[in-house]
Parts: sequence; C-alpha cells; structure tokens
Amino acid sequence: MTIDAILLIMMGVMFAAAIYLLLDRTLTRIMFGLMMFTNAANLLIIIMAGPAGLPPIFRDDIAADEYLDPLPQALTLTSIVISFAVTAFILALIYRSWVLARRDEVQVDIEDIQVAEQPTYDAEDDALIADEASEFLEDHEDPNIYYEYTTETNPNVDSAEPKEGDRW
Amino acid sequence: MIDISVVELAPLSVLLPILGAAIAFTLVRKPVSQVAVTLSTLAITLALEIWLLIDVWIHGGAEAVLLGGWEAPIGIVLVVDRFSALMLVVSSVVVMLVLLFSSAQGVGSDESPQQPVSIFHPTFLILTAGVSNAFLAGDLFNLYVGFEILLTASYVLLTIGGTGPRVRAGVTYVVVSVVSSVVFLVAIAMIYGATGTVNMADLAMKLGDLDPDLQQLLHLMLLVGFGIKAAVFPLSFWLPDSYPTAPAPVTAVFAGLLTKVGVYAIIRTETLLFPGDRVNSLLLVISGLTMIVGILGALVQFDIKRVLSFTLVSHIGYMIFGVAVSNHIGLTATVFYVVHHITIQTALFLVTGLIEYRTGSANLDRLGSMLKISPLVAILYIIPALNLGGIPPFSGFIGKVGLVQAGVANGSGLAWVLVAASIITSLLTLLVMMRIWSRVFWRPIEDSEDPAMRGTEEAKRVDQRKKPLRKDSPGLVAPTVALVTVGVALTVVAGPLFEFADEAADDMIHRTPYIQAVLGDEAAQQAQLEADQLEAWGIEGSDGAGTSQDSEGGTN
Repeated sequence: MTIDAILLIMMGVMFAAAIYLLLDRTLTRIMFGLMMFTNAANLLIIIMAGPAGLPPIFRDDIAADEYLDPLPQALTLTSIVISFAVTAFILALIYRSWVLARRDEVQVDIEDIQVAEQPTYDAEDDALIADEASEFLEDHEDPNIYYEYTTETNPNVDSAEPKEGDRW
Repeated sequence: MIDISVVELAPLSVLLPILGAAIAFTLVRKPVSQVAVTLSTLAITLALEIWLLIDVWIHGGAEAVLLGGWEAPIGIVLVVDRFSALMLVVSSVVVMLVLLFSSAQGVGSDESPQQPVSIFHPTFLILTAGVSNAFLAGDLFNLYVGFEILLTASYVLLTIGGTGPRVRAGVTYVVVSVVSSVVFLVAIAMIYGATGTVNMADLAMKLGDLDPDLQQLLHLMLLVGFGIKAAVFPLSFWLPDSYPTAPAPVTAVFAGLLTKVGVYAIIRTETLLFPGDRVNSLLLVISGLTMIVGILGALVQFDIKRVLSFTLVSHIGYMIFGVAVSNHIGLTATVFYVVHHITIQTALFLVTGLIEYRTGSANLDRLGSMLKISPLVAILYIIPALNLGGIPPFSGFIGKVGLVQAGVANGSGLAWVLVAASIITSLLTLLVMMRIWSRVFWRPIEDSEDPAMRGTEEAKRVDQRKKPLRKDSPGLVAPTVALVTVGVALTVVAGPLFEFADEAADDMIHRTPYIQAVLGDEAAQQAQLEADQLEAWGIEGSDGAGTSQDSEGGTN
C-alpha cells in the first residue's frame, strides 16, 4: 500500500494547528480549532482508503489493488455532516455567549473559585465543642458560645477560638 | 425464514423515539399532546425492550439484526445480547420516569419560563434514540454515530434556555465532547486502516493477529475516547463543571445514562475487542485515582448538584475497577453495579430537583430544616443516599461486595490497594451523603452559614410555623418515588439480577455468542479463546456454560 506523503504531512500539520487553537481562551479560535480537528480526522480516514486516483468500482474480475475502497469515503461523509451540525451549534453558543457576556472568551466558573477560596477551617465541622450538661446557661457561662458566635457572624474565619476583647 | 424472533424488532428501539421526536416537533404549540406523544412513544419502546430482555433471558446468547439485508462484515448489524438488552431496559425505565418528572415541572406550572418546552421533549426522545443505538451498535462506526446522536441532543438539553451559566458550561461540554469524539474517530480510522473492517465481531477475530505494539496503540486510543465520555479520572474534569447548571431532570438523565454509555463502550472494548490483560494495571491505577480524587472533590462542594456530580465521577471508578481486575466475578459485579448506579444516581438528582422545587436553592449554605419542610423528601433522599454509600441491605452494598471479592480473587498487590481504596471511597461517600443529610435536612435553619441570606424563604416560614409557600407537587414526587422504589427493588431482586449479570459476563468473556450471532458458527469456532486466556479470566476452560467450548481446553 502506497501512502501519499503530502496528505499525511498536511494531516499532521492540521492536527498540530488544531490543538494549538483549541488551547486558546478565545471562543472563535476554539471553534476554528475544532473544525480543523475534525477535518484532520476526516483526512486520516481518506488516507486509510489507499492511494488516490483509482475508481471505487468493484467487479469480481478486478484485482484488489486496482480499485479504491469506497467505505472510508462514506464514513467521511457521515463525519463531515456531524461536524457541520456541531460547528453550527457552537457558532450559536458563541453568539449567545457574546450577547450575554460581551466577551468572546471561555467564562470562569464562579462556583469553582468559591470552592478554591474557602478556608480549610469550617467552624461547623471542625470546632471543638466542650461538654455542656445544661441547656439553660447564661451566655457568659456557656463554654461553647464562641463557636456559636463564630458560625453566626462569620462562617469563614480561620479560628473559632475566643479572642481577648470579645464580649465574653 | 418464516419464524421472526422479537430481536428482529430491535431497530425499533432506535427508530420509534426518532419517529416520536418528529411527531413531537410538529406539535410545538400543543405542550400537552407533545407530552402525550413523548410518553406513549417511550412506553411502547420500553415494552419492546422488556420483551427483548425476556427473550434473551429465556434463550440466552446473542442475536444480531442485519440491516438492509447485507451480510455481517459488510452491512450494519445491531446486536442484542444479555448486557445490551439489560442496559436498554434500565435506560428506558430511567428516561421514562425522568420525563414524567420534567413534564410535571414544565406543564403543571409556569415556574420556569426560560425553559422552551417545545423543543425539550423531541430532543429528549432523540437522546433516547442515541443511547439505544450506542447500546445496540454492532460496529464501531455505528457506535460513533450513536454517540454523536446522544451528544448532539445533550448539547441542546444542557444549554436549554440559553442562560449565562448554561452557555458557559455548554461551551466546555461541547468542546470536550467533540474532542473525545474525534479521538474515537481517529481510532476508528486507524483500526480500519489496520484491519479493513469496523464490524466489532469481525474486529474481535482480526485484531489479535496485529502487531502487539499496534494493538496497544489502537486499544489506548479507544480507551482515551471512551474515557473522556465515561469521565474517568484524568479525563473527568469537564463533568462536575458542566452537569450541575442544567435543569434537574436533564442533569439526572445525563448523570444516570451518558457516562454509563462510555462505561458500556469500555466494557465492550475490554472484553470483545482486546481481551488481553495488557492495560489492566493502568486501568487499575486509573480507577483508584478516579474513586479517590472524585470523592475528595465531593467533600468540599457547596452545591448539592456539584456534590453529586463529583460522587458520580468517583463511582465510575468502581466500574472501571471491576473491568480492570479482569476476572469473571469482577465483570459480573460491574454489570450489576452499572444497573444499580444508573438508578440510584438518577434518583438522587431527582430528589435534588424536589429540594430545589420546595426551597428554590440547592446550596448547602442556604438550606436547613428540610426535614420539617418535607419529611417525604427526606425519606426519598435517605434511601438512595444510604444505597450509594453501600449500607448493607441495599444494592450498592451487594455490588461493592462483588467488586471487593473480585479484587481479592485477582490477588495482585495492586488489586489489594484498589480493594482498600474502594472501601475508603465507600466510607467517604457515606460521609458526603450524611454531610448533605445533616446540613440540609437535620439542622435548624438558623444554623445555616450564609448570614446575609439566612436560609431560604420556605425554611423561614416553617420555622415561624407559618403556612409554607408551596407543597410537594404530586407530579414531581410520584416519579421520584417510583425511581427510588426501582432502586429498592434492585436490592430485592438482587439474586436473579446477579445471576443474569453472571451469565451476561460469561457471554462477554467467551465472546463466542456475540461472534456467532454476527458472523455465524464457523467464525465463532475460530474465535474461541484458548484455555489459558479463559483461565486468566478466572474461568475453567472446560465448563463452557451455555457455549460451545471444546472439552480438551480445560487441562488444569
């Protein structure tokens, strides 16, 4: 089986360029990257059909190396149609993203940042709570008041230990 | 051929939903009849698939449908065997209940005006068609097409309404999915270049003759493609980012089904196409990392949907673990676990939908007193939550015991590490589930973290003994109850189901029923695994339950 070097090199370059574009933050470039990515894959399927120039016509008396396998072309056609539809959808998403945020960029996930920024100490989960037999303590007698105070006013403080000058 | 078996009707489980979608599209302005069309389509499909399941349950083995009358390696085949029939039924049950849930949400009230009801139902049907096609596909390219159908439908469902967060999540999701599809396509192209066929049964015969290095390359490329879809650890980053923003029913179906289609494809790759054990150590390491990293991610999230998305990633690790130990009990437990996990994970997302409906929030910092607001929702939460955590009577426990047994049977050091990791993950899952329980349901609302927006309106009213703003909508609760009941029923029928999973695993390991169905007896004879290969799977070469094993094979 002979392989067309030019097609092969072109496919490699397309894959490389596609991956470079995909890693960008700009949505339009990502879309171009995806288009190039799928087309490079299509090219690969075509290359797998064998050398160019032979007719894809099969009769029993034609030797195996005298006709072209037509199946890869059918596969490519399917995959072109699919990638066309997906590209159209991405274009719509990009437009919507532009309308909403006025940025042609991958937006940051706010929840991710919240999770990343939360302190490791969480008063509700991690505070040490002293034994307390009675439910009817005055605030100044309650050994756990600092914990409740912390949770109530500032859930994200790094320490729930009582400090000098607090009201107890 | 005069006698037509029900398996000949298998293509209908793909065709009917597409037909239903076409009809539903014409009824854009009549939401009620749209729901009626969608539900009846799904009901017929489900009935057909149950019939298929009963048929393979009785007759066993696998049966193939040759589309267009072309013989197997040339034409497109759909294959129904025990595993695919089981997956079809489970997926349709789940889809049907979720659809009931979402129709109650969309039609019963005008709570969510952003949700364009008119395209929701047809898209949902197309998603079902894609999932069925992927389960039935007998060749790799048809599997790719099935994936594309379900992915394209999922793009629409994920970004439905086009709000800011959904578009943001949608972009990530679409790009990652397209990349994974192209990786799969490249793998198909290279496999075609190497063997000249994309038919899976034919490939099972031919791939073994290739150069081992080339086999390894093709194998890994397929695994990367499927691994992204199944959200296996280093490739799972996209899932917790994109799923939680969608409406609750959509997330429920995605979490239940879409990743499992990837797992299904991985199981087929590992059993049918590349039955050797070359990548098993790699898969073991990856499954362990998936479990641990996933569950650690779940521990720090604020949002219930995000917590559940991370536990989803974590539990995909269990299924990969079951495949990677590569023995009979492992594969059996994986089949069982997939069924269990589809039901339970979907049920938990639906319960989250109920919580959101009552309180308007799924944020752990804002929720509390839920037990007072709705004891029913609390019960509906705690059953699947304990099930997912692997508390003894439930199916989650049974599946995990099976996996642990498989790990012990494997016996290698790595497998023991994985057994430990799976038990730790199970405990951490329980911790995560109980963290939600104690925060959302048990604690009084005045303890919630967010002082500025202390709790939700509903919780405040309940706390002040005022009348709640809403009641649990029966249309939402009923499907959730049904799904939780299905989850509990899996525990009750665990015996027969495990037996069925055992037979399904047996078929998959022997490969002969599948190949026989597609290519005929002669090919199946050639494709028989050597006795030592079967021994590697933990099966004695001579027993040959239900297959045409030659008796000289078992010399051990």
